[in-house]
Amino acid sequence: MTATTTAPLAGTSARATRQPSARLRAWATRAPLLPALVFMIAVTQLPFVATLVISFFDWNALYPKARHFTGVDNYRQVLTDADLRHSVWTTVLLTVAVVLVSLVLGLALALLLDRRFPGRGAVRTLLIAPFLVVPVAAALLWKHVLYNPEYGLLNGLLHYVGGPQPDWISNTPLLAVEASLVWQWTPFMMLILLAGLQSRDQQQIEAARVDGAGDWQIFVHLTLPHLRRYLELGALLGSIYIVQNFDAVFTITSGGLGTANLPYTVYQSFYQAHENGLASAAGVLVVIGSIVIATFALRVVSSLFREEVSRA
Amino acid sequence: MSAMAVRIRRKSVGLGLVAWLAGVVFFLPIAWMALTSFHSEADAATNPPSFAASLTLDGYREFFGSGGGASPWPALVNSAVASVVSTLLVLLLALPAAYALSIRPVKKWTDVLFFFLSTKMLPAVAGLLPIYLFAKNTGLLDNIWLLVVLYTSMNLPIAVWMMQSFLAEVPVAVIEAARVDGARLPTILARVVAPIALPGIAATALICFIFSWNELLFARVLTGVVAETAPVFLTGFITSQGLFLAKVCAASLVISLPVLAAGFAAQDKLVQGLSLGAVK
Repeated sequence: MTATTTAPLAGTSARATRQPSARLRAWATRAPLLPALVFMIAVTQLPFVATLVISFFDWNALYPKARHFTGVDNYRQVLTDADLRHSVWTTVLLTVAVVLVSLVLGLALALLLDRRFPGRGAVRTLLIAPFLVVPVAAALLWKHVLYNPEYGLLNGLLHYVGGPQPDWISNTPLLAVEASLVWQWTPFMMLILLAGLQSRDQQQIEAARVDGAGDWQIFVHLTLPHLRRYLELGALLGSIYIVQNFDAVFTITSGGLGTANLPYTVYQSFYQAHENGLASAAGVLVVIGSIVIATFALRVVSSLFREEVSRA
Repeated sequence: MSAMAVRIRRKSVGLGLVAWLAGVVFFLPIAWMALTSFHSEADAATNPPSFAASLTLDGYREFFGSGGGASPWPALVNSAVASVVSTLLVLLLALPAAYALSIRPVKKWTDVLFFFLSTKMLPAVAGLLPIYLFAKNTGLLDNIWLLVVLYTSMNLPIAVWMMQSFLAEVPVAVIEAARVDGARLPTILARVVAPIALPGIAATALICFIFSWNELLFARVLTGVVAETAPVFLTGFITSQGLFLAKVCAASLVISLPVLAAGFAAQDKLVQGLSLGAVK
């Protein structure tokens, strides 16, 4: 007890007598961190500040001389523009549908893979593969090789059973984009949930089984509560990645047929329409939306993280 | 009792089969893509599909430019440069940072860690326009080094998080011993920390490589003819060009190959990287 109380005291007196050297040491501790920190602030925070500033200007790149301050006009225009409002709605629909479906499928697959069976490693590898196809390549695969109404694989297989030959992308464009994303993101959810399943307390489950609990009871009362935070984490990380999705929308429908989501709209409004001010305002709105999701995501990551730190 | 054992056994065999079936269904599009890439264009575009058509390398020859189309080599080289150099830069910046967040932590190190994570949640489109304008005014448009810098910033938070958790596993006593022997920080990082944390660092590098190789939005907006990357090259296949399925499949497969290889190599650490270190 005495040792623990005197040690900090000795530390403070040393700091009092040799102040500059203590400050030097603090900087020496910080030094390895600084390059990464400065780099991140310069490359990610400064452009965002610039976006914020530009969003208050009426600025079309084709008429640079006409640039002037307009206050919140861009925001008013973005929020009242029917196309943009539609793209907000599309973003929400796309994100929620893809996250929910891939989460449910991922959970089912994780439960299947959590038990022992011959070739488990091979099945795991097969299931991860879709996530490891370059996103543009995956989108091209779905667009041309699977969905093509004349010679795509889907209609080819339907042909065998005498089914209809629909034009998938024209008939259900958003669903077509969503299906391709679900295919890519289900493995991601499966991996996170599998890690969750494997961190369960096996003794507790054994004890429940000895007490006569069935598979279903164990799943509902032990597994699901344990998985809750892994499900949240999967949902939030999936949302963060899929809200930003550009590749699938750009490749499969080129933003047409009502599938333009916010990232695509922002891209289009400055890359094709050269409306810098409007694009920035839309960008700021995307950020505000993500901050809402991110706040929850950070909280979940933080709670899992603290648990890991305290366990270590 | 034995009847019940048989029932349990039958159930587990059944579920194993269901798992296999699910694996095959998810893999089917990729298997079909691989098969189609070895078919002639005429055999690739049939309905019903021709499973047993004769195999040929024509799709690959077409893709690599023998048919008079643009050669994919410059794009592949650009992608390799952007991914490899940005990954090396990420490691160079993340290793010391992770050291200051785990082995000799600064005050409030968790806050710093979460600052890094929060930058990852800022959508890329939000900073795209100023970066585009900056590049345009400084003549950096269509320059692969601009992508190197951007990909470094894109992956740095992931790398810091992953490495922080790997370095936390390095025993402090070993580092103290090196310091007592008079080793300075770069030496400690290179000679003591790096060898112990090597598997983790390798996995981090592979994951950063995958993300850089896959990236489309920045590359699409900021590059043109000179610095175009492999995903941008692939966007050339968005509009149909007659019979070109075998070529599309060959192109998609060749360009995905590095990612598939890196991903399978880092399989065990993949979750940790994708969940930014939250799940082990």
